[in-house]
Amino acid sequence: MSEEDGPASRVAIGLSFGNTNSSIAYTSAEGKAEVIANEEGDRQIPSILSYVDGEQFQGAQAKAQLVRNAKNTVAYFRDFLGQEFKDIDPTPCHQSAHPIEKDSQVAFSIQDTESEDVSTVSVSEITTRHIRRLAVSASDFLGKTVNAAVITVPTNFSDAQKEALRKAAADANIEVLQFISEPIAAVLAYDARPGASLSDKVVVVADFGGTRSDIAIIGSRGGIYTVLATAHDWDVSGTKFDDKLMEFFAKEFMKKHKNEDPTKNDRALAKLRLESEAVKKALSLGASASFSVESLSGGYDFTNTINRTRFELLSTQIFAAMTRLILQTVEKAELDPLDITDIILAGGTSHIPRIANNIKNSFPEGVNVWAPATKSDAINPSELSARGAAIQASLIADFEMENIKESCEPVVTVTPHLKHALGVLCISGDVAQGKFQPLIEADTPTPIRRTATITTPREGGDVLVKIVEGSRHIKVNKVENPAKANGATAKEADSDDSSEEEEDSDNDEEETREKVWHVGKVIAELAVKGVKKGGKVEVQVDVRPDLAVSIIAREVGAKGGVRGSVEAPKLENGSA
Amino acid sequence: MATAQIQLPLPVLPTGWSAEKDFKSVNSLSTPVHREIEPVGPHFLAHARRKRHKRTFSEDERIQAAENVKKVEDVDDGDISETEDPVMLQRDAKDWKNQDHYAVLGLSKYRYKATEDQIKRAHRKKVLRHHPDKKAASGSNEDDSFFKCIQKATEVLLDPVKRRQYDSVDEGADREPPSKKETQKGNFFKLWAPIFEAEGRFSKKQPVPKLGNDKSTKQDVESFYDFWYNFDSWRSFEYQDEDVPDDNESRDQRRHIERKNNNARKKKKTEDSARLRKLVDTALDLDERIKKFKQQEHAQKNKKRIEKEAEAKRAAEEAVKKKEEDEKAAKEKEAADKAAKVDGKKAKEAAKNAAKKNKRVVRGAVKDANYFATGDASASQIDSVLNDVDLVIAKIDNEELAALTANLNGKKDASAIKGVFNEEVARLKSAGKIKDGEVKSME
Repeated sequence: MSEEDGPASRVAIGLSFGNTNSSIAYTSAEGKAEVIANEEGDRQIPSILSYVDGEQFQGAQAKAQLVRNAKNTVAYFRDFLGQEFKDIDPTPCHQSAHPIEKDSQVAFSIQDTESEDVSTVSVSEITTRHIRRLAVSASDFLGKTVNAAVITVPTNFSDAQKEALRKAAADANIEVLQFISEPIAAVLAYDARPGASLSDKVVVVADFGGTRSDIAIIGSRGGIYTVLATAHDWDVSGTKFDDKLMEFFAKEFMKKHKNEDPTKNDRALAKLRLESEAVKKALSLGASASFSVESLSGGYDFTNTINRTRFELLSTQIFAAMTRLILQTVEKAELDPLDITDIILAGGTSHIPRIANNIKNSFPEGVNVWAPATKSDAINPSELSARGAAIQASLIADFEMENIKESCEPVVTVTPHLKHALGVLCISGDVAQGKFQPLIEADTPTPIRRTATITTPREGGDVLVKIVEGSRHIKVNKVENPAKANGATAKEADSDDSSEEEEDSDNDEEETREKVWHVGKVIAELAVKGVKKGGKVEVQVDVRPDLAVSIIAREVGAKGGVRGSVEAPKLENGSA
Repeated sequence: MATAQIQLPLPVLPTGWSAEKDFKSVNSLSTPVHREIEPVGPHFLAHARRKRHKRTFSEDERIQAAENVKKVEDVDDGDISETEDPVMLQRDAKDWKNQDHYAVLGLSKYRYKATEDQIKRAHRKKVLRHHPDKKAASGSNEDDSFFKCIQKATEVLLDPVKRRQYDSVDEGADREPPSKKETQKGNFFKLWAPIFEAEGRFSKKQPVPKLGNDKSTKQDVESFYDFWYNFDSWRSFEYQDEDVPDDNESRDQRRHIERKNNNARKKKKTEDSARLRKLVDTALDLDERIKKFKQQEHAQKNKKRIEKEAEAKRAAEEAVKKKEEDEKAAKEKEAADKAAKVDGKKAKEAAKNAAKKNKRVVRGAVKDANYFATGDASASQIDSVLNDVDLVIAKIDNEELAALTANLNGKKDASAIKGVFNEEVARLKSAGKIKDGEVKSME
């Protein structure tokens, strides 16, 4: 990452460019990724630009301008980049400069010079200005001019959008080394922590942002990541919480001042929104927060307090929708909640404790939910993608651009993934069947090599190593809870409230779900002879890119061993 | 990657297992799924290095590899495109209660079957088209009422509670049951199956049994109608509530309307249950299968009865016949007995006569033989001989007597007669009828 190492003295940072906020991060000499604060001390820099008499404001200052200078303030523009006007959703921009059409591209009509003239600035130009400001902040902090970056983008960012972003960054004198997707950056940020183990995981990255929510299911196999499914939702997002608070405070205000409806007044609405957002953030930290706006509407000041419980009650539907969205995505990936090992919450909205708790409750116990509310050592969800990008930037800063591009070609990235898990049959209660012990999980990209040591029967002797494919099934056991059922009948006896009875009868059956392996095709059988008493057998399975398998089994500590290989399956219509 | 530890022991090698070099290849791996791995992280760099240096890639390979990837991102598909009714576009958003939310989002062919994902995508599609800013750009007037309709529709349909309330009163998904006349023309299953499918959407219990066809078993049909007669519906009618005024002043008014709404809901629910009940009744009435099953059952019962009657008749006839036969046999026997009796009497008398005659002959023979004495027989001699003859006669029955008589007949010689008597006595002795020394004169 330092100047002398990289070609053409490259200084690379990680850049997370969101609709709502952006952040910048770098990797220190010790290899630790850190997020840089801008001049105002913000690590989350609002992606907003505002112009007052030709002067440009960015970040928190620009956000403040939404109240008095909404027309010349551009916000929530990331998703417009590289899109045609007919394809964009301008909803988030209600309280800022409205997007307009210019040569079928998106542009904003703002007064960005000292003159009275209104100029039309394309979204690409806006992005360039925004990135330039971010780069300046980073350069000031590092003391070196930043000229390269790894930028995170949502998984559904099209090639055209990436190209537009690359061009916009180039105009700001930033070379984009690579675009990496936001959920992957989040996983990388966690996996790059010292002491993190690289076991086989299925990770859900739930990125709850300001204007959109993105869910990605990622298979992590020995540090190689595969996206298994994604979902994007523009209806469930952080601003929806602001809306609920705004609605609540507007009503409270109207109780006192009947004839002043703050929602009818754009200025009042902007004030409400800004303060509601601040209240929402305060409620993630404390149990109650106060709302106070001077001259909200009709010249009346307004102060009020709200506690967390009230806020959670107001937004139950949004919480439920978030959990639903995650569960639906898991289903889309043809997985079960039992398959999930980790859930990473990213994005600013993930600070809300209730979200993490709800998600934890709807997944089986033992699933790690990485959020500040559920794990004390969780990384700040707002910083995840910037950190991931910074880590990736430090890894590839030394490479030639050509080299990086070639590595991202589909020939390199498209890999056959195992359809079924591969494992070995061990003894269990049922002797005839054997118990499947996975060595390599399904959806693992090839080539892959795994070794395992397996215990042998107590007396040693000759043992059989049977390598088989296994498929995972979910066994649902319905357990009728007798205590609950009794309780329900007792309740029925002394209560005449029929609705209560109905509720009780609905959930007296409980389901327990468990993961079981079904043994599939036998791949190979090996015999290891003359194992010593208490000895162990080491099995190494090596799957080649063409899906040929070579297997070595030997007693631990002994020489030689049995080896053999299984042929590759027949190729199907030319796939590699 | 560190070596994994598996704690369960390996199985013992089965006897008879053998393979060349102790290795047996059985099967190849299943066909893999092609996916794209993310070009991120230190481990990927290692992977890329390995992979790239192994082969040279041409443009063709690149495209092919990209094409074979399993698509993770959705492509906006055409399943939610519907032409928009110009009348609908003119709708006033204030009248949202009466709008067809599904039609507004272009999902009218899915209705209650639309998934959350479909609704979201449909909403997005509509927003991209009807956003007021878009309209402003295309130069038309800034009328955002349809946009509001879209927002309202999404709000209702994305909230599970509100969606159920709307689905409860969604007339677009209702289906008019066919009339009796229509059904009687035939096609019962084709006409009624969609009705039950549509009604089944309200069931708390899913899946709802299918109407089936004329080949359904009796059990299936019965469980189908059982299900419908015990239908547990979540249908409710909050959606048609009158608006409750939202101000604090007219509390009484508010309570009044709330009560009215509650009553209306209850009433509608009862009406709906009754409607459904009637519908099922009608269907049951028209269902040919029920008639068929009844007939079959009837036939089954009748068959049993007829069999029973036939059996009874046969048994009665048999009894009569047997009785007649018995009577006949008895009569015959009686007649035979009578005849035999008469015959027996005659024979007895004849035998008696014959015996008398024979006895006389035997006694005569003794006399003819001069009582086995030489010269004149003394009185004592005559006496003992006659006694012996009487003893012999008493000991033998009629037939033997007849035989004896026949032997004696014509014999005038005393020694011959004595010989016959001696023979007879010897025979009787051997038969054990006469003891030694009992008949002195004839030994």
